[in-house]
Amino acid sequence: MSRERPAFAEISPSEFFYRNRELAGFTNPSRALYSAIRELVENSLDAAESARIKPVVEVSLQPEGDGLDPRPYVLAVRDNGPGVDPVHLPNAFGKVFFGSKFTLKQARGMFGMGGTMAILYGQITTNRPVTIESSVDGVTLHGYRMLIDIEHNRPLILERWSREAGGWHGTYVRLTLEGDYTRAQQKVLEYFRQSAMATPYAYLSFTDPLGRRVEHLPAVDTMPPPPRETLPHPHGLDVEALRRIIRAAKQRTLHELLYKNLHRVGPKIAMKFLLHSGFDPNRDPSTLTNEEITALARALHEYDGFLPPDASCLSPLGEELLVAGVRKELRCEFVTAVSRPPAAYSGYPFIVEVAVAYGGELQNGVRLYRLANRIPLLYDESSDVAWKVITEEINWRRYRLGDNPPISIITHICSTRIPYKTVGKEYVADQPDIERELRNAVREALRRLSHYLSKKSSLEMAQRRSNIYQRYLPLIARFSMELAGRGRPPDYRKLVAGQGVEMRR
Amino acid sequence: MTGVAAARREAVLGRLRELGERVYQDIERGVFPSVEIRSRSVTNIVYDERARQFVLGPRTVKRSSHNLKQLRAFTQLLWLAYFSNRLISESRTSTLRDVYYSVQAYNLDFTDQDESDELVVDLETLLGRPREDFNIYPEERSSIFGDLTVEYTVPGYEGRRINLSSHPDGYMIGPSLSTAEFIDTSAELVLAVEKGGLFTRFVEERVHERFKAIIVDMAGQAPRATRYMLRRLNRELGLPVLILTDGDPWGAHIAAVVVAGSANAAHISEINVPDAKWVGIWATDIRRWRLPSEPFNEQDLKRLDELGRDPRYQAGIWREQLEEFRRLKRKSELEAFAKYGLTAIVDRYLPLKLEEAKSL
Repeated sequence: MSRERPAFAEISPSEFFYRNRELAGFTNPSRALYSAIRELVENSLDAAESARIKPVVEVSLQPEGDGLDPRPYVLAVRDNGPGVDPVHLPNAFGKVFFGSKFTLKQARGMFGMGGTMAILYGQITTNRPVTIESSVDGVTLHGYRMLIDIEHNRPLILERWSREAGGWHGTYVRLTLEGDYTRAQQKVLEYFRQSAMATPYAYLSFTDPLGRRVEHLPAVDTMPPPPRETLPHPHGLDVEALRRIIRAAKQRTLHELLYKNLHRVGPKIAMKFLLHSGFDPNRDPSTLTNEEITALARALHEYDGFLPPDASCLSPLGEELLVAGVRKELRCEFVTAVSRPPAAYSGYPFIVEVAVAYGGELQNGVRLYRLANRIPLLYDESSDVAWKVITEEINWRRYRLGDNPPISIITHICSTRIPYKTVGKEYVADQPDIERELRNAVREALRRLSHYLSKKSSLEMAQRRSNIYQRYLPLIARFSMELAGRGRPPDYRKLVAGQGVEMRR
Repeated sequence: MTGVAAARREAVLGRLRELGERVYQDIERGVFPSVEIRSRSVTNIVYDERARQFVLGPRTVKRSSHNLKQLRAFTQLLWLAYFSNRLISESRTSTLRDVYYSVQAYNLDFTDQDESDELVVDLETLLGRPREDFNIYPEERSSIFGDLTVEYTVPGYEGRRINLSSHPDGYMIGPSLSTAEFIDTSAELVLAVEKGGLFTRFVEERVHERFKAIIVDMAGQAPRATRYMLRRLNRELGLPVLILTDGDPWGAHIAAVVVAGSANAAHISEINVPDAKWVGIWATDIRRWRLPSEPFNEQDLKRLDELGRDPRYQAGIWREQLEEFRRLKRKSELEAFAKYGLTAIVDRYLPLKLEEAKSL
């Protein structure tokens, strides 16, 4: 009996994601709808922010036909970003792993494949082309109607056009995908609300399948400083990345290679490291063997003489913007935000920001909102490191907030690499350094809340005391006047004014 | 012997004015007014051997208008003083229930009648005078009968005189009688009896004439107005007061309260009659007269034990009879004398008792 020989074939990245779409959050019609919206909105926000433009992102979702969910929906997202050069436009949306996000700086998406995944998912569930329009100069607009050639990972252009842009610059994407809005609705609306919280300088609007429009207006006029691109830090370098650096490097010596290509590594530190690890500083990098590269990578990881990565590649919101975002979306009585100083794990810099909101329209109980690189994380809350911190590592009684206080905790982790536990980017691993920073930030914010509440209660107490005195002292004055047979009541006002201090007789 | 009631009235008005003046001046000086009231807690009630009554010890509690928890009660207390001041000035009387409702005019509502009653006791304690002195009277009433001429001081009756033997049912000891001045009497003693039935019998049998007695019906545990009346009869007219009760621990205690005051009224002095004498029915009388009797029940025995620890029962006739009761464990009512005929108690028992009283 002859056995069929196993076929070894290379598959394209498009093919790979087509076969493993659940990895990217396209598991079912409800989740896929949410993920598609999210990926496109995040692309738009990243694009506008990278050009220092305050984002305006308008999203609409219309059902096709009037069947029951799941059914085809037309999803359209328009932004006011810098637009995409017409030459790159088809590839930017029609090819997996084509993008501008391969450098090391904080951005929502890592590889720019989310938008393409959404298009891919639309295509495989409805077999409909995607429409993309973009203008970079506000004068001319270029449009494409296209499909993705999954097998060859390339766009298949069906139609192209150009017309006047009428002053608009940005990108417009319209695709048809199978979705279940009935199920996704709650998460979608929550996504917009939390995104607005994380980007208080942006305008976001969402028109739902019934034509109702939810608008999130900007609350502030400023944007956080943009992140700067940085070189990789030696602690965050793996063997493959090191190999690529060596291959692309023009430097002739190992010493020069290190101090020219690594973050926070100068000639002195590079020399110290090389002597400490026993590598020849004058060695030509291109002559290193595979084994030597592996040993070098390990040595770079283990050497503790490097300076920690700096945070210029990060773009935290800052306490002021975070407070503004939380206040506008949660309409709370009190909010305070804590931005921790930059820290690093495994060579990746990160900053933790935490806001604590109290009272106002908040419901009783502690709610957690998780943001990572300004992306709301809505799924798998209880697996997240922030959940672990607030449920296990905070001694709530210490802050004297009463039973079941109306509190929301908003955590924001910024990093060039968020340690997500899954490809779906929904929850952050309990990395000890991040956990520590979260814990400190939450504690500091709760301390401030506690301080606010005790000040408030002592003010209220003083006011209440004063009110009670105002009520009774006039009566006492009057009765004493009558009893003493005097013609006018005694002046009790100085008692009310000076209340709180009892003089001894 | 006129003007006693008027003097009392003036004294209370004076104390109220003094209270008002102190509060007034405190406020003017920018000091939160407060009062010190002697504590009525059980541990501060002591038996004063010399005064032969319960009195409050030296401990005091402060009621301050500065303390938010006391401010309301302080205001209510001052209101009550003001209210009483008006009652006395306008010669009106009122009841505990009136007090409860009257305060509502100032939005100082009491949560319940108990709170209101407690406040009245506060003012009694503060002034050292019974509430009858500031014209707040209890509902319960008892009666008096005998040859005593009094002159009313209440509005509309000022100067009018009446003899308390004019009406065979007796006269209610209410506000008018309590504030009346004593004018004249031919009586030589006061007989205070526990029960209305015996009171009527005494009137019918002309005890007031035969024994030159003023007869008082205490109607059970004597109200304070009645105790005060007995004291006045004793002090102002110099009449001995003799007390007749049922022959049981409860009856003994009715007499003891008249003599030595009650723990409840330890904050008020001068409503007891230290010289009054309990003349019957004693335990020894039950045996001696072979009175129809019933065995003690559990409550009777318990009461007997309590009285055994009471400072008022540690000497004299009280101790003697208590021990006798403890041996006898039986009780007899005043009506038991009917065994020997309806008038036996007047014809035979009373003369004997009057004789015995002289040696008490």
